[in-house]
Amino acid sequence: MAAFETVIGLEVHLQLNTRTKMFCRCRNHFGDAPNTNVCPVCLGMPGSLPVINETAVRYARQAGLMLNCAVAQFSKFDRKNYFYPDLPKAYQISQYDLPLCGKGHIDVEMDGGTRRFGITRVHLEEDAGKLVHDGHGGGSLVDLNRSGTPLLEIVSEPDMRSPDEAHAYLVTLKQLMSYLDISDCNMEEGSLRCDANVSVRPAGQAAFGTKVEIKNMNSFKAVQKALAYEVRRQIAAIEAGQTIVQETRLFDANSEKTVSMRTKEQAHDYRYFPDPDLVPMTFTAAEIETLKAQLPERPAVRRERFAAQYGISAYDAGVLTAEKPLADYFEAAISAGMSGKAAANWIINNLMAELNAAHRSITDCPITPAHLAELGALIEGNVISGNIGKQIFPEMFNTGKAPEEIVNEKGLVQITDSAEIDAWVNEAIARNPDVIESLKAGKGKAAGKLVGAVMQMSKGKANPALVNERIRHILIETHGLDA
Amino acid sequence: MFETALQWLDALRGKAVSAREAVEAAYARIGTCEPRVHAFLSLQNTQALADADAIDAQRAAGMPLGRLAGLPVAIKDNLCDKGIECRCASRVLEGYIPPYHATVVAKLRAAGAIIIGRTNLDEFAMGSSTENSGYQVTCNPWDIERIPGGSSGGSAAAVASREVPAAFGSDTGGSIRQPAALCGVTGLKPTYGRVSRNGLVAYGSSLDQIGPLTLDVRDAALMLSVIAGHDPGDSTSAEVPVADYAAALHASVAGMKIGVPREYFVSGIDPQVAQAVRAALASFEKAGAEIIEISLPHTEYAIPTYYIVATAEASSNLARYDGIHYGRRAPVAKDLWDVYTKSRREGFGDEVIRRVLLGTYVLSSGYYDAYYLKALKVRTLITRDFDTAFERVDVIATPTSPTAAFKTGEKADDPLQMYLSDIFTVSVNLAGIPGMSIPCGFTDTGLPIGLQLLARPFGEPALIRAGSAYQQATDFHTRRPAQNGIAG
Repeated sequence: MAAFETVIGLEVHLQLNTRTKMFCRCRNHFGDAPNTNVCPVCLGMPGSLPVINETAVRYARQAGLMLNCAVAQFSKFDRKNYFYPDLPKAYQISQYDLPLCGKGHIDVEMDGGTRRFGITRVHLEEDAGKLVHDGHGGGSLVDLNRSGTPLLEIVSEPDMRSPDEAHAYLVTLKQLMSYLDISDCNMEEGSLRCDANVSVRPAGQAAFGTKVEIKNMNSFKAVQKALAYEVRRQIAAIEAGQTIVQETRLFDANSEKTVSMRTKEQAHDYRYFPDPDLVPMTFTAAEIETLKAQLPERPAVRRERFAAQYGISAYDAGVLTAEKPLADYFEAAISAGMSGKAAANWIINNLMAELNAAHRSITDCPITPAHLAELGALIEGNVISGNIGKQIFPEMFNTGKAPEEIVNEKGLVQITDSAEIDAWVNEAIARNPDVIESLKAGKGKAAGKLVGAVMQMSKGKANPALVNERIRHILIETHGLDA
Repeated sequence: MFETALQWLDALRGKAVSAREAVEAAYARIGTCEPRVHAFLSLQNTQALADADAIDAQRAAGMPLGRLAGLPVAIKDNLCDKGIECRCASRVLEGYIPPYHATVVAKLRAAGAIIIGRTNLDEFAMGSSTENSGYQVTCNPWDIERIPGGSSGGSAAAVASREVPAAFGSDTGGSIRQPAALCGVTGLKPTYGRVSRNGLVAYGSSLDQIGPLTLDVRDAALMLSVIAGHDPGDSTSAEVPVADYAAALHASVAGMKIGVPREYFVSGIDPQVAQAVRAALASFEKAGAEIIEISLPHTEYAIPTYYIVATAEASSNLARYDGIHYGRRAPVAKDLWDVYTKSRREGFGDEVIRRVLLGTYVLSSGYYDAYYLKALKVRTLITRDFDTAFERVDVIATPTSPTAAFKTGEKADDPLQMYLSDIFTVSVNLAGIPGMSIPCGFTDTGLPIGLQLLARPFGEPALIRAGSAYQQATDFHTRRPAQNGIAG
């Protein structure tokens, strides 16, 4: 079998999470009753005029800067003309030859190395409405709530060489975009959509093979599977002496196969031309520099800083910077006085588990960073033991109460009174005569049994360090042992 | 009886007449004229009378009133008035009721104007004779066998026949000025961006502008002052302060430099039109203005440039009339594509289809550069011609139309001949400058002739100054249609 090289380019559409729509002041919101967030503009009523949402434009330019794109100083909107019932004006306001952002790149870490994938362009457009086909006596209904939602289109160069690379590109892209907080980036809800172009060519051949466009993938895994299937299909076809047809194929999530779209072959001529209802946008170099300076720290940079500044492992730093809200939470806990290591441990080992179990995200975490830091301080200050901390953690999560409040309510304050502890130690020795025997026989580890017994008698409240100290003291002083 | 808007407003303010009486007088006049003029597509008696009663009650209570309080006006059927059917004289928009006011309509209502009805036009404002209406043909009040001009023919005819003292139209290539000239009234097309286009059903978005048709320049100045101004809802509206138009009414033209483009007095122009315009220039000279010959070298490209730019935009603007969301849907269709093609074929008239096809063609892949892009470049050259001219002169004077009103049906089957009736007006829209047509004489058969005055962007005060001075020295604008037309 001849070796083939895979060539993949991705087109990602991102719904921006602006408060209002792209060209009108309707609420930009997912999941409301059909046709409730609409007005003459997004309904395409005669005589209505679009007005540019400046926040969306800023978001687009921030996205471009995050993707190392050349951000335009002059840009404009164009009309893309085509008929479809979900497009009430029969044209989409989009960008044709002068997008807000030009060429850029994205660095993706995989397999211990870094791969750089080119970005062709980033432009802004409006989303269409939605057709509802079922359950209405054979007719179709149109919901125009989505009509006019700001949509960012991010087009990559055909730089990816495997479905895994495509997957890694998407993960990194999503991470970068979520750092800007410009989109929910939710593929299931459709706020992130991805179409893939894929072709194969004999290894060493410079010219691209015939590309096929794949649509209808609703998760990153689906993109990966669709591409893997499509690569196998194309290679098999070529090896069987067939020619690849340039077409659009749909991914079927059940069979995990792609199928040819059964639409008529139509050569679309969108007749793009500048939208005369909108004036071109101009930006000064200084404005672009300011925007650049205000960008959030990139995830890769932040990860390295976390490791260096807080003395945590590279792995932990990676986990904590995977999403900006988590990294912000981590740093907020540190600002509240927690040590980096303690914050990292509590977040990664305890908090994330609670969040996962409760299907909640860090942004609506019931434990505030201040409460987490307070918990750390209680342990650090020997008010409670680490074990008590772990015990009360679920309650902190479930009730949102401050740890100190829970500790006081439950009387969990650590016991640091030597006399009280000495009484328990003596009782533990009396109950466990074998321990002294073992110690006398040189089995030093037997003292651990005493620690356990004391902790049990104190219901976990005895200060463990003090318990150790008192046990050693009593063994030496009373029993003449050199423990 | 009162004729001009200012006369009516004086009477209303002095309580010599109530708003209800003014509106009833308008409807009475409409009752007399409409059987022959057919200027209106729809009347809204109930609401208009209710609006009038509200104004009268406010006046009686001593409440502050707007500048047009109680004045009956008419609007072209392509301006959205919330809750009132808006068809653009097209079958495709049958039954369409806009859920919002055009900015201009909102301003008129806020000023207390009473909208009494909607005037006829060439379907979607595409035409120069108002013959392309999907509903009716409007007649010229000066000779009912002739067209009133277009596309704001209904508004011009309504004012000329004194049905209303003022009406509003839109001008994409001459659609206010040319019917004003042909009906013997004053028509003002403001600078592009001076008046909000929000709620004006688009034909050529980069060219469209709303303006008043009135009996004289004084009324035009008043109407413009009411409707002008920046609108955040129209990205192409200008953030330029609105001038004091009334202040320009009483200035003299002494020392004013009036440019006359040599390219506008060439073959095809009716000698009687040329003569009337030259007489007007002589009158300006007598009043102390300086007449300067100028050149607008790219004039000959204006018509083709206009018909590429306007139709390109129209092909996209009119795509939304697809039978899906509003207006008329073909009753029988076998699939989606059939819904589109049948709804559009049945709903649009021939001229609209012609322009949509032309516009679609010039934007098509492979033709874009040769037609649309080239037209944009020529548009820039035409704009520069005006810029250069306005370095030397304050206003430019030309004929508005090469001929007086022609007979109904005379050019209906010859689109190119029809397009040439806009030869002196389309450049103005391409350049975005303001223009005004005022009556300057009559043909020997008694048809009105229009003089077109042009100024630099936002130079409306110069137009008002020159036009007002001219109307103080002449009486063409006060003549009423009588012979061959409707009774006076």
